[in-house]
Amino acid sequence: MEQIRKRQLNKKATKQRILKRFQSRSAATYFVISLAILLVTMILSVSYGAAQINWTVIRESLMHFDVQNTQHLILYDLRFPRVLAAALIGAFLAISGVIMQGLTRNPLASPSIMGVSSGAGFMMALALAFFPHTSQFGLILWAFTGAGIGASMVFSVGLFSKRGLTPVKLALAGAAVSALLQSASTMLAMYFNVTRDISFWYAGNIAGIPASSVRLALIIAVIGFVSAGLLSRSLTLMSLGDEVAKGLGQRTGLVRVCGILIVLLLTGTAVSISGTIGFIGLIIPHITKKMIGMDYRWLIPFSAVIGAWLLVTADIAARMVNPPYETPVGALTALIGVPFFLFLARREGGGLI
Amino acid sequence: MIFKNIHYLILALIFIIILMGILSLATGHLAISPSELVETALGEGSRRNELLLFEFRLPRLFIAILAGAALGVAGTLLQGITQNELADPGILGINAGAGLSVVLYLTYVSNRETTSPLGQMMTLPFAAFLGGLLAACCIYIVAWKNGVTPIRLILVGIGVNAGFGAVLTLFQLRMNQSAFNQVTVWLSGSIWNAHWSAVISLLPWVFILIPLSLYKSRTLNLLQLGDEMATGLGINTERERIKLVAIAVALTGASVSVAGGISFLGLGAPHIARKLVGNKHQRLVPTAACIGALILLISDMIARNLFAPSELPVGLIVAFLGAPYFIYLLITTEA
Repeated sequence: MEQIRKRQLNKKATKQRILKRFQSRSAATYFVISLAILLVTMILSVSYGAAQINWTVIRESLMHFDVQNTQHLILYDLRFPRVLAAALIGAFLAISGVIMQGLTRNPLASPSIMGVSSGAGFMMALALAFFPHTSQFGLILWAFTGAGIGASMVFSVGLFSKRGLTPVKLALAGAAVSALLQSASTMLAMYFNVTRDISFWYAGNIAGIPASSVRLALIIAVIGFVSAGLLSRSLTLMSLGDEVAKGLGQRTGLVRVCGILIVLLLTGTAVSISGTIGFIGLIIPHITKKMIGMDYRWLIPFSAVIGAWLLVTADIAARMVNPPYETPVGALTALIGVPFFLFLARREGGGLI
Repeated sequence: MIFKNIHYLILALIFIIILMGILSLATGHLAISPSELVETALGEGSRRNELLLFEFRLPRLFIAILAGAALGVAGTLLQGITQNELADPGILGINAGAGLSVVLYLTYVSNRETTSPLGQMMTLPFAAFLGGLLAACCIYIVAWKNGVTPIRLILVGIGVNAGFGAVLTLFQLRMNQSAFNQVTVWLSGSIWNAHWSAVISLLPWVFILIPLSLYKSRTLNLLQLGDEMATGLGINTERERIKLVAIAVALTGASVSVAGGISFLGLGAPHIARKLVGNKHQRLVPTAACIGALILLISDMIARNLFAPSELPVGLIVAFLGAPYFIYLLITTEA
C-alpha cells in the first residue's frame, strides 16, 4: 500500500495535481470576454478625439493606407501609437504587479510602491539632465538600471531588518525611498531647468508618444510576455510558499531572479515611455486573483488584458476631463488607486509589521 | 538621555541657532562680511546691504526658525499621540492636505488685487489649517476600525498623501507656466515668500501653540502609558487626543502656509531631541522646537548656497537628509 502511494505521488504527479487544482474552468471564458472588451475599448479610444473618426475609416486605413488622407494620417501618427502604448504599458505594469505580489506574497507589492518607478524616474532625470540626446532605447536602459536601484534599496531595508519585509514595512520603505529619489530628481531637474518636463512626466502621461517608442515597446512586450509565460508554472508553485515549492523541485532562487528581471524590464520600459503611472500594478492582481484564482498561467495573461483595458479607459477619461487639454493619466489612476490602497491598508494594517 | 539639566541644553541650542543665524545672514550669492554685517545692523551700512539684510535675509531667517520650531513640535505631538516613532506630518499626508487647500485658496478665493498682502498672509494659515484638518479627519476615519492602531494610521496616511497629491496635480496642470513652477517649488517646501508679513502671520501661531503644547505635556506623558492607564489616571483619552491632533495640525498648517510642504523634519527633530533629553514631554517639546529650528535654518542655508545663484527648495534638502534617517529607523524599530 505504502509503495503504491509513493509511486502515485512522486514529485511530478503532485505538481501536476496541484496545478490542476488551481486551474479555473471559467478562466478561459473570462479571458476571451475581457479580450473582446479590450478591443472594443481600444477602437473607441482610436475614434474618440478632437477629430471624430468612425469605424469604416479605421477599417479602411488598416486595409488600404492612403498617404493623402488626413484621417488616415491622424490614425497612424497619433491614435494608433497612443492606444497601443496605453495598452502595452497597462499590461506591463499589471504583469509586474502580479509577479511581484506572487514572489513576495505581499499584498502591497507593486512597482509604484516598491520604489521601482521612482528609481527609474530618478535615472531618467539624470539622463535627461546630463545626456539630453539619449535615444529612446538608451532611456529604457537608464530606466531599467534605475528600477533595479530603487527596488534593491527597498529590498535591502527588508534584508537588514530582523523581521524581514512585512507589508507595512514595505509600504513605509517604499515611501521613504521614493521621497529620497524624487527629491534628488527634482533637485536635478531644477538645476538643469527641466522641471516642467520632469514633473509632467512624473504625473504619468501617454500623450504624444512617438511611434518608434511603441515599436520598441512591442519588441519588449514579446520578450516580457513570453518569459513571464514560461515562468508562470513556477510562480503558481511559489505561491504555495517557499518550502512547498522547494519540495516540489522548484529552484526558488532562480525563479526569483528571473521574476525580478522581468519586472525590472517591464517597469523600466513602461516608466521610460510614459512616466510613473501608479497603482495599476497594485490593483489589477487583487481583482484578477479574485476572478480567476491562483493559476498563474491564466492569471498573467488575464491581468495583462485587464491592466491594458484599465489604462486605455483611463486614457480616454484623461482626454475627456478637461478638453482640449490633456490630464496626466497617472493622476487619474492614482484617484482610482488610492481608495483601493486605503481599503487594503485598512485590511492589512491590523497587526502586520 | 544625555543631558540631565535641560536649561543649559536649551541655552546652548539657542546660542548655536544665533551663531548659525549670523552665518546664514552673511552667506549667500552676495556675501556680506562680518564687519559690514555689524555696520548694517547698527544702521550705518550701505543701501545695498541694508536692503539685502532687512528685506530679504532677516525675514527669511525668522521664517526658517519659526517654521522649523513649529514642525519640530508638531512632529513631537504626532509621535506622542500615535505612539509611533515614524509619525511625521509630511508622511501622514497633513502637509499635502494643507498644501492643496493653500493652492486652492490662492487661486480661487483670494487674489492679490483685492486683498492686502498682509491680510492674505494672515488668512493663509487658516486655510492651511482647514486643509490639514480635512486630511487628518480623512486619515482618522479611514483608519478607524474598532479604534485606531498607530501602524494603520501611517499606512492610511501614505494613501491619503498620494490621493491629495493626485488632486493637486489635476489643479496644477490648469495653471500657466509661472504659477505652475511656483507651486511646484513651494510644494516641495520652500521659503518662497520671505516678507515680514509672513513672519508676522506665523508669530501668533507659534507663540500660542508651542506653549500650549508644553502645557499639555503632562497629558502627553500619560498617553504614553497606554489608553487604559491614562483613563485610570483621570484623562479623557479620546478628547485629549483630538485636541492634541488639532494643535499639531495647526502648527503644521502655519508652517506649510509660509514654508510649503517640508517632510521628514517633524520626524527627525523629535528623535534627536529624545536622544538628548529622554522621553518626558516637558523636556522634549522645547528641545524639539530648538532642534527643528536649527535643522531648517541650516537646510535653508544649504539650499540657498548649494547651486547659487539659483536656489533649491529647502524641503528637498530636508527630505534628502531625512529620508535615509527614516529608513534607518525603519530598519532598527521592531514594534
